[in-house]
Amino acid sequence: MARMTMIEAVRSAMDVSMARDENVVVFGEDVGYFGGVFRCTQGLQAKYGKTRCFDAPISESGIVGTAIGMAAYGLKPCVEIQFADYMYPAYDQITQEAARIRYRSNGDFTCPIVLRMPTGGGIFGGQTHSQSPEALFTHVCGLKVIVPSNPYDAKGLLISAIEDPDPVMFLEPKRLYNGPFDGHHERPVTAWSKHELGDVPEGHYTIPIGKAEIRRKGSAVTVVAYGTMVHVALAAAEETGIDAEVIDLRSLLPLDLDTIVQSVTKTGRCVVVHEATLTSGFGAELVSLVQEHCFYHLEAPVVRVTGWDTPYPHAQEWDYFPGPARVGRALTEVMEA
Amino acid sequence: MDEFSRLSLHVPEPAVRPGGQPDFSNVKIPKAGSVPRPEVDVAPEEIRDLAFSIIRVLNRDGEAVGPWAGLLSDAELLSGLRHMMMLRAFDARMLMAQRQGKTSFYMQHLGEEAVSCAFRRALRKGDMNFPTYRQAGLLIADDYPMVEMMNQIFSNESDPCHGRQLPVMYTSKEHGFFTISGNLATQYVQAVGWAMASAIKNDTRIAAGWIGDGSTAESDFHSALVFASTYRAPVILNIVNNQWAISTFQGIARGGSGTFAARGLGFGIPALRVDGNDYLAVYAVARWAAERARRNLGPTLIEYVTYRVGAHSTSDDPSAYRPKTESEAWPLGDPVLRLKKHLIVRGAWSEERHAQAEAEIMDEVIQAQKQAESHGTLHAGGKPSVRDIFEGVYAEMPPHIRRQRQKAGY
Ligand SMILES: Cc1ncc(C[n+]2csc(CCOP(=O)(O)OP(=O)(O)O)c2C)c(N)n1
Ligand SMILES: [Mg+2]
Repeated sequence: MARMTMIEAVRSAMDVSMARDENVVVFGEDVGYFGGVFRCTQGLQAKYGKTRCFDAPISESGIVGTAIGMAAYGLKPCVEIQFADYMYPAYDQITQEAARIRYRSNGDFTCPIVLRMPTGGGIFGGQTHSQSPEALFTHVCGLKVIVPSNPYDAKGLLISAIEDPDPVMFLEPKRLYNGPFDGHHERPVTAWSKHELGDVPEGHYTIPIGKAEIRRKGSAVTVVAYGTMVHVALAAAEETGIDAEVIDLRSLLPLDLDTIVQSVTKTGRCVVVHEATLTSGFGAELVSLVQEHCFYHLEAPVVRVTGWDTPYPHAQEWDYFPGPARVGRALTEVMEA
Repeated sequence: MDEFSRLSLHVPEPAVRPGGQPDFSNVKIPKAGSVPRPEVDVAPEEIRDLAFSIIRVLNRDGEAVGPWAGLLSDAELLSGLRHMMMLRAFDARMLMAQRQGKTSFYMQHLGEEAVSCAFRRALRKGDMNFPTYRQAGLLIADDYPMVEMMNQIFSNESDPCHGRQLPVMYTSKEHGFFTISGNLATQYVQAVGWAMASAIKNDTRIAAGWIGDGSTAESDFHSALVFASTYRAPVILNIVNNQWAISTFQGIARGGSGTFAARGLGFGIPALRVDGNDYLAVYAVARWAAERARRNLGPTLIEYVTYRVGAHSTSDDPSAYRPKTESEAWPLGDPVLRLKKHLIVRGAWSEERHAQAEAEIMDEVIQAQKQAESHGTLHAGGKPSVRDIFEGVYAEMPPHIRRQRQKAGY
């Protein structure tokens, strides 16, 4: 075991995968010599050579398009999109190509690619360095969508993603790169080295895609969250004293519906939290599923806490980010309903 | 026996990395004044050479020479020098303000001041730029109030964008400065659309698109060229080749093409390369391209050969990927020092006046900063309202956003 930040864990996942499988290649903007603007690929070019880890031209459609071609050949590209906010030029390649190659060729060709992308806000990145576009991927049939919340999961899930036979969107909450963040931006940052999930095996291990994890057992209300919001939800539970059960989805698609249904059936109440905008967000899907599967167990309407339906503002970041106070109010609201 | 051996992948590399000796011997620099100046209605195929050369006016002795020289008066050159010095002082103060936590982020122009400052002079009121984040000289050279720029950078109560946008993402229709996007290359093709609109309406205004060397790899760059070419849009398509795209050297975007300017040739667009650190050359070429656009002769592609002396942004440390002394080895020199020298050679300037101007300009910038700071900085003093998050998404606020604003307590 080693102490790792989420950056180191992600890097270790690629390192382990590249060592085990010569078909794994890593590329993207600034990922080669420099090792990526968040340093996630640092050292990989030196270790595996510049034909297995290299800089790409600034063309996201080119990066994803070539990754699809490499996958068709038989490689396993794990590419970096510098920020999730910059995946849009590649959206055609992702949705019309990567997602459907298996289906349209009846398995003659497949597309085992991973797109890693830093996501979410909390770093004063403004509207083009803060977005959470997960729902734009979950709405596309043929893609898998993962959002880890800690170094241990990030490594195990990324290795699974690289080994997966289908295209996987791997969204890395950048505010969690260096430490667990519960939304209390006014407090000093805590490091992963002080967190049990910063303990990461150095070698190969996988975490199954499609399995959620219960981060806090509770009986009063179920909170469904992923990424940064898992830590925010845990803080809200502590601060309100409400005995919430906090589910970390880890994988949005496929989704671990059983864990959600079991929990809501037990608690009878549910709050869904994400940082992305509200309307047509992934929360809408979660709430529908809870309604379909748990209706007769519900004691209160299901509540969503999300980013507002506006672009991510720069200066008013903390009034936009759904922090522990807002999640706490939602918990109280469903308890009093 | 197969006549072909096994394949291997070519991955371009810069000439040197940290620890190495900076080397620009591969950058072929023609003598100042040596590149001819064609008529603006020249057929593009007759000036293909200009996409591979470098148009230069200022020689090593500070004289303006050759067919592209002689366009600017002493007074105009002095104001040009002042704009560049202002931009440099502005950058220095804002970098420091970022380090002091007064803003979250800043991007400087060090070494590239001539490009946007001289270009602005070739445009008229009413023309429209579609800039990137590294053309603040377009605003400064158009006398946009510095205080407003700082208000935007500080996201304070007087920020014209109400705190919504990342620092340096200015906007000013009045000053011909389209709102900057953080997403690269998207605006290049929009500039072509604006120019097409001007032609559709039989207007007289022209547009200018801006892009960095690295960003020319985006599809939008190529879309811009094909639309500009097909419709002969009255647009100037500028490529600022400052050698670096964050940590990625220009060879990754350029590939096997000799130069970025040469990208225009396949589209039949006249393409010129110019010394981006030579105020006079930048102006002369921009004016040539503007005249072509105004005469309805269509687009021009210009590559400004320059060097990004500073870090990409305040989030970047270039010592991790290029030699620390690389900027000193850059063969095209410093744009401010070169124009200063020229003005001294002309007898219009002196070391003493320069030093005095430097102090005066810095003082002006500091005064502007004081004024801006009286309206707050990112974490202190006057702030935009939380209400501002919800305004301006649509012309009229739809009910669901109004409900969310109320939920936020505003
Ligand atoms: C679509 C998109 N992809 C990636 C980025 C991240 N990014 C910001 S600036 C930059 C480098 C741009 O280099 P260049 O075009 O040469 O302009 P320069 O910064 O040198 O002026 C990158 C990759 C972005 N902003 N938008
Ligand atoms: Mg550049």
